[in-house]
Amino acid sequence: MKKLTKTGRISIPVVLLLLGALWLFPMWRIDLRAPQYPGGLTMQIWINDVKGDVPIINGLNHYIGMKTIKKEDFKEFVVLPVAMGVFAVLGIVVLLMGKKLPYYIWTGVFVVIAAYSFIDFYKWEYDYGHNLDPGAPIQVPGMAYQPPLIGYKQLLNFEVLSQPDVAGWCYIVSGIILASVAIYEWKKR
Amino acid sequence: MKNIRLLLAAAAAVAVSMPSCKMKSTAAAVEGGAASKVYVAPGKYDEFYNFVSGGFNGQVSVYGLPSGRLLKIIPVFSVFPENGYGYSEETKAMLNTTQGQVPWDDQHHLELSQTNGEQDGRWLFANANNTPRVARIDLKTFKTAEILQLPNSAGNHSSPFITENTEYVVAGTRFSVPLGAEDVPISSFKKNFKSTASFIKVDSSTGHMSLAFQIVLPGMNLDLSHAGKGPSHDWFFFSSYNTEQAYTLLEVNASQKDKDYIVAVNWKKAEEYAKAGKGKKVPAEYAHNTFDEQKQLATSVMEKETLLLDPKDCPDMVYMIPCPKSPHGCDIDPTGEYIVGSGKLAALIPVFSFSKIMDAMQKKDFEGDFQGIPILKYQDVLHGEVQKPGLGPLHTEFDGRGNAYTSMFLSSEVVKWSLKDLKVLDRVPTYYSVGHLMIPGGDTKKPNGKYLVAYNKITKDRYLPTGPELAQSAQLYDISGDKMQLILDYPTVGEPHYGQACPAELIRDKQVKFYDITKNGNQYVTMGEKNVKVVRNGNRVDVYMTAIRSHLVPDNIEGVYVGDNVYFHVTNLEQDWDIPHGFAIKNNPNAELLIMPGETVTLKYTPLKQGIQPFYCTDFCSALHQEMSGYLRVSPKGSNVPLRYGTGETAPAPTAADTVAAK
Ligand SMILES: [Cu+2]
Repeated sequence: MKKLTKTGRISIPVVLLLLGALWLFPMWRIDLRAPQYPGGLTMQIWINDVKGDVPIINGLNHYIGMKTIKKEDFKEFVVLPVAMGVFAVLGIVVLLMGKKLPYYIWTGVFVVIAAYSFIDFYKWEYDYGHNLDPGAPIQVPGMAYQPPLIGYKQLLNFEVLSQPDVAGWCYIVSGIILASVAIYEWKKR
Repeated sequence: MKNIRLLLAAAAAVAVSMPSCKMKSTAAAVEGGAASKVYVAPGKYDEFYNFVSGGFNGQVSVYGLPSGRLLKIIPVFSVFPENGYGYSEETKAMLNTTQGQVPWDDQHHLELSQTNGEQDGRWLFANANNTPRVARIDLKTFKTAEILQLPNSAGNHSSPFITENTEYVVAGTRFSVPLGAEDVPISSFKKNFKSTASFIKVDSSTGHMSLAFQIVLPGMNLDLSHAGKGPSHDWFFFSSYNTEQAYTLLEVNASQKDKDYIVAVNWKKAEEYAKAGKGKKVPAEYAHNTFDEQKQLATSVMEKETLLLDPKDCPDMVYMIPCPKSPHGCDIDPTGEYIVGSGKLAALIPVFSFSKIMDAMQKKDFEGDFQGIPILKYQDVLHGEVQKPGLGPLHTEFDGRGNAYTSMFLSSEVVKWSLKDLKVLDRVPTYYSVGHLMIPGGDTKKPNGKYLVAYNKITKDRYLPTGPELAQSAQLYDISGDKMQLILDYPTVGEPHYGQACPAELIRDKQVKFYDITKNGNQYVTMGEKNVKVVRNGNRVDVYMTAIRSHLVPDNIEGVYVGDNVYFHVTNLEQDWDIPHGFAIKNNPNAELLIMPGETVTLKYTPLKQGIQPFYCTDFCSALHQEMSGYLRVSPKGSNVPLRYGTGETAPAPTAADTVAAK
C-alpha cells in the first residue's frame, strides 16, 4: 500500500478542524421575508438543533397546516453528530496509518454522509411542505410549501432564501479538500 | 344732524378700508419651504420623541418631531379602557391613594431623567396636580412603573423637576395647606397654612422613588421650579406667588405686592441636615405604588411617616430672591449661571446671576426676612432685566448658543433674546396664548437648538371646528437660524402644559419588543395550552386562559353562576413583536384588556344575569382574528351545572342531561 504524500497528511487535520465548525456555527439558514416582517425571519439549522425565529415561523405555519417544527422530532440531530464524530475518529486512524487506500475510503465515507444529509434534508422539506393538515384554515389549491433546497423561491406572500451558513461552508470546503487531495494522491501513485 | 351724517360717513370709510389695513393673518405666517422641513417620508422615523403632558386627561402623549405625528398615549394617572390600565387586577393598585383609587388627575409637567445634566433616556417623570403624586414611566416599555403620593401637599404644581443626575425629583405645593389633617379655620391661613417642597430620592440603578424629606416653607403658592446645574448644582429654585398670603379672591389679593420670591434651596445642605437628624419625623400617610415587571403586578404600600425640615433649624438652607411680579417660570440656563424669572404680570424679564447670589449670601447682605427666611437684595443678585420683551412672560428655555426663548401668554408670542446683553433678538406670533414652550433638552446642559415647540391654550381657527370643544395645539418652530420660523402646528390630546423631547436614538433601540415568556413571573401565568384550567373556590372562579393566533384556550366554559367573581387570567403565548391579543367579554362593565406577547393580565368579571356570554380578542391580530372567540355559560345561582371547559377535542360534549333539557 502506498504512503500518503505530505499534502495528504496535512489535509487530514485541516479537514478535522474545518468540521469542528459544525459544533460552533449553524450549517444552514433559511431566510424568510414578507411585508409584515420587515426585519425578516431566519431559521438556522445546526448539527444538533434548529434555532432562530422558529416559534414565529411555527406560528405562521399553523395557518397553512404545516407541522410544528421542534427539535425533538429530528432523529438527524442525534445521528449526524454521531456520524461526524465517527468520521473524525476515522480521520485520526487514517492519519496514523498514513496510507492512501484508507484515505480514499475516508473520502468515500464523507461523500456518503454528505449525499445522505442532502437527501434527508430534501425529504424533510418535502414532508413539511406537502404533508399538510387537511383541516388547515388557509388552503390554496395546488399549493405546496416546500422551501428550496438551495436558492430562492416565492411561497405565497413570503420570499424564501435557503443557503449554507458558516459551518455549511466549512463542510463544503472540507468536501472540496477531500476530493481534490484524493485525486492528487491518485495521480501521485 | 350734520354731525351724525359725518359720523356715519367716517364709520363707512373705516369699514371700507378695514380689509386693506395691516391686520395679521394667521395663514400668512408660514413661509414657503416649511412643509419640506417637517415632512417625514413614509417608512422613515422622526428625529425626536416629544413627550407632552395631558393636563386634565391625566395621561402623557408621545409625538414624533418634526412630523407632529401622535405615536402613543401612555396612561399614567387615569384609567385607560383602551388597554385595561387601572382596570386589570395587575394595574388597579397603581392608582391607589389614601383616598382609595383616584382614577384621574391633572397632569402638568414632565421631566426626562438626566445624567450629568444631559438626558439619558431612561425614565420620564410626570406630576399629578390634583391628588399630589409623582409617576415614573419606564422608557424601555413606555409603561408607568411607579407612582408616589405626597403628603402635606395640595396642587402638586412645581413638579416633577429633577437635579442634574436625577438624584432627586422635587414636588412643590401650589396650594398651601395645614400640615397633617388639622381642622382649622381658613382665615387662620397665615398661622396654620404651609407650603412644602418635597424631595423624592431616585435610586440611580432601579429608578425607585422614596420621599427623602420635605422642607416646610411659609404659606404661599409655589409655581414652578428648576434645579441648578454646573456651578449651581447644589441648588434648587422655586418660583412663588401669593406671598401676600391671601386665601380669598386671589386674582386681586395675590397680586398686590410688587415682588414675590424665587425660593433658593440648597438641597445638598438639606440632605446633610436630614442625615444629621435635624428634621422631625412626623406621621403621614401616603401611597407608594410600584409595578413589578417580573411579577407583572402593581402593589401598593401605605407609607407611615415623613421627615420635615424647618428652615429655622437648618441655617443657610433656604433663601428668598425678590422677583417681580407673580413669577411663573424659574429657568436655569445651560451654564448654570443665570436664573431667569418670569413674572406673568411683569413687563420685564429679570435675570439673576448665581455667582452674585453666592456673594450676597456670603456677605449676609439681606433686606429682611420672610417668616424667618432671609431675603436677598434684588439689585445685588440681578444680572439684568430684559426690557419690553412682551406681555405675560411665562417660561424660558435655551438653545445652547447663548440665546433664551420666552413664551408670552398675553401677547401670544415667543421672544428670543440674548443672555449676554439681554437684548431682544426676534419674536414670532403663536396661535394662541402660549403657556410653556420646549426646546429638546432646552432645560439641560446640552440643548439641541434645532426646534422649539409652543404649547398653546387656545386654538380657535387653527383646525376644522369640532363643536364647542376644540383640540389644543402645539406649534413647531425652526430655531436653527437667526429668525424663528413657524413650520408646523399639530393638535394635541388633552390640555398640554409642558413637554420634553430628546433625540430618538436615545430611546428607540432600547425598546422591549416582547416579554420573555420563560421569565413571566405572574402568579397566574399559564405556560402553554396544556396547562389551562378553571378552578372554583367558593364563588371565586379562576380561569387560566391562553391566547395565541388565532384561538383562546379554553373557548368553552360552563358551570359559572350568576354572582360569581370570575377572574380571567389571560396569558399571551406569542413571542414576537407587535402581536398583542385583546380580551373582552360581553356586558362586562369595566374594560377590556390588551395583553402584550409573553404577558399575563387579569380581568375580573361578575355576571349579573344568566346567559351565554361570548368573549373574544379585541386586537386584530391575524387573518383569523374574527374567529378568536369563545363562550362562557352563566347559569342561575344555585343550579348544578358542573364546571367544564375546553377547546377543540376537549370542549364540553353534550351530556344526557343537556339532551333532556333540549327536549
Ligand atoms: Cu387575537
